[in-house]
Amino acid sequence: MLTKETISRVAHLSRLYFDEDELDVQFHQLESIIEMMDVLSEIDTANVTPLNHVMDIYNVFRTDEVHESMEVEKILQNAPSESENMFQVPKIV
Amino acid sequence: MLHLKSTIHELHEKLVKKEITSKALTEYYFQEIEKNSGINAYITLNKEEALIEASKVDEKINDGRAIGMLEGIPVAIKDNLCTEGLRTTCASHILDNFIPPYDATVIEKLRQAGAIIIGKTNMDEFAMGATTETSFFGPTKNPVNEDCVPGGSSGGSAAAVAAGQATYSLGSDTGGSVRQPASYCGIVGLKPTYGTVSRFGLVAFASSLDQIGPLANDVEDIGHIMNVIAGYDEKDSTSANVKIDDFTKLIGEEIDGIKIGLPKEYLGEGIQAEIKNQINLVRGILEAQGAIVEECSLPTTSYAIPTYYLIAPAEASSNLARYDGVRYGLREQADDMISMFKETRHAGFGDEVKRRIMLGTYALSAGYYDAYYLKALKVRHLIQDDFKEVFKKYDCLLTPASVMTAPKIGAQTDAVTAYKQDICTVTSNLAGLPAISVPFGVDNNNMPIGIQLIGKPFDEPFLLQVAHVIEQFK
Repeated sequence: MLTKETISRVAHLSRLYFDEDELDVQFHQLESIIEMMDVLSEIDTANVTPLNHVMDIYNVFRTDEVHESMEVEKILQNAPSESENMFQVPKIV
Repeated sequence: MLHLKSTIHELHEKLVKKEITSKALTEYYFQEIEKNSGINAYITLNKEEALIEASKVDEKINDGRAIGMLEGIPVAIKDNLCTEGLRTTCASHILDNFIPPYDATVIEKLRQAGAIIIGKTNMDEFAMGATTETSFFGPTKNPVNEDCVPGGSSGGSAAAVAAGQATYSLGSDTGGSVRQPASYCGIVGLKPTYGTVSRFGLVAFASSLDQIGPLANDVEDIGHIMNVIAGYDEKDSTSANVKIDDFTKLIGEEIDGIKIGLPKEYLGEGIQAEIKNQINLVRGILEAQGAIVEECSLPTTSYAIPTYYLIAPAEASSNLARYDGVRYGLREQADDMISMFKETRHAGFGDEVKRRIMLGTYALSAGYYDAYYLKALKVRHLIQDDFKEVFKKYDCLLTPASVMTAPKIGAQTDAVTAYKQDICTVTSNLAGLPAISVPFGVDNNNMPIGIQLIGKPFDEPFLLQVAHVIEQFK
């Protein structure tokens, strides 16, 4: 059963937030969408393996060789805030 | 000399014969874009660079050197494909100032082929939507009827071609986002077999479903575009190591004796009557050309929408976690990191994007993962098995490309109703199959109808062969 607490928790996991009104809207929308999903419980999948990938491929590896990476200036060109070749962010702890 | 529906192959001839220059062609499209700017097909134009590139092609032609099929011909690119130095926004506020430091593989390939990139097209935000109304830059109008949507999420790409504002375009298709706008705007759109076109540089929405696809004025053009953009790419770990030497090679071949399935689940109550009529007409045409068309069944079709709307949002919730204000895009000020993430994402994402991230996170979270996401992956296996079964008997399948023709802009529907309208297209994304939408007829309001063909994996040349037959009779 979907509750407002669940929505708040999911929002936090998604690094989103909603005010009271928005929370109400989210709750009702998610409730009706999830109701639509319930039809999946009808279908028997006891002996079915999950389809992780549409093609028959497995882990794709490359040889462990060092290649050119991207120039630092290019990497930082969209940075909202940078300092000493690093992305600058608010304090973490 | 130039007309709304000029094709790549027609324009190539004209360029080679020096009846037209690439510069004149490029200028023509920029004039059309300005004349008809109300369509709002484009987010960013690339005029200066396009004209420089066009002049280079003209020089090459004047020097007597041979040019490739796409060389000198203007293309519009959906704004979720990274173009180095050219703003790429995904129609989102959170990326409205983002300038990619690299080209997507398909863009590299187009540049090598001498294509003229004229601009980045409008779309639903992060490719989430079916009308292009969720774009931060406002909706795009359907050139056939400007009160109507062009479809989505590649609405700008479809409208640009249909309005004569580009010769062809690239879009992306996760649940129908190339085929449905193609059908709404009366042009051709292909979603290739998963893995055929490299996703490197395509801003990811749902990694196991996304494919880049061409939109064009005819089937032959689709083949020419695919010849350039398809191919194995080591930078995309989901790239298929399958070589198709010429996508156009079967166009014009007879379809005598081929077997086409008509899955009954795609012709139910929810399909607009005129669309069903067109399917019957197409059936008649194909049969007259010697094909055998029979009803068949894909019993898991009724589970496709819930399956898609669990898997796609789950993958999206993971793919969109990177938009956090740290390395690029919008950043809202806050005193600590987590608050910065929340403020940035709250301000930067639109409602539909937030809804899908919430849905996806919920489906993946502890306590719900088995019942929702894992269950959906199992049903996905059954959906793919259904197709494998019918393809033992049939060479391809015939269905509508959409349950209806283009609705009006602002025709409010709730999410569930809107999601259910994707039924004709999501199944081929779930199964990784190629599918093409070909325009065929109009409804009682003169809105275009699209006919869809779904094929076996990597059978695009055959799909184009059959699509071309349909096209001859439209």
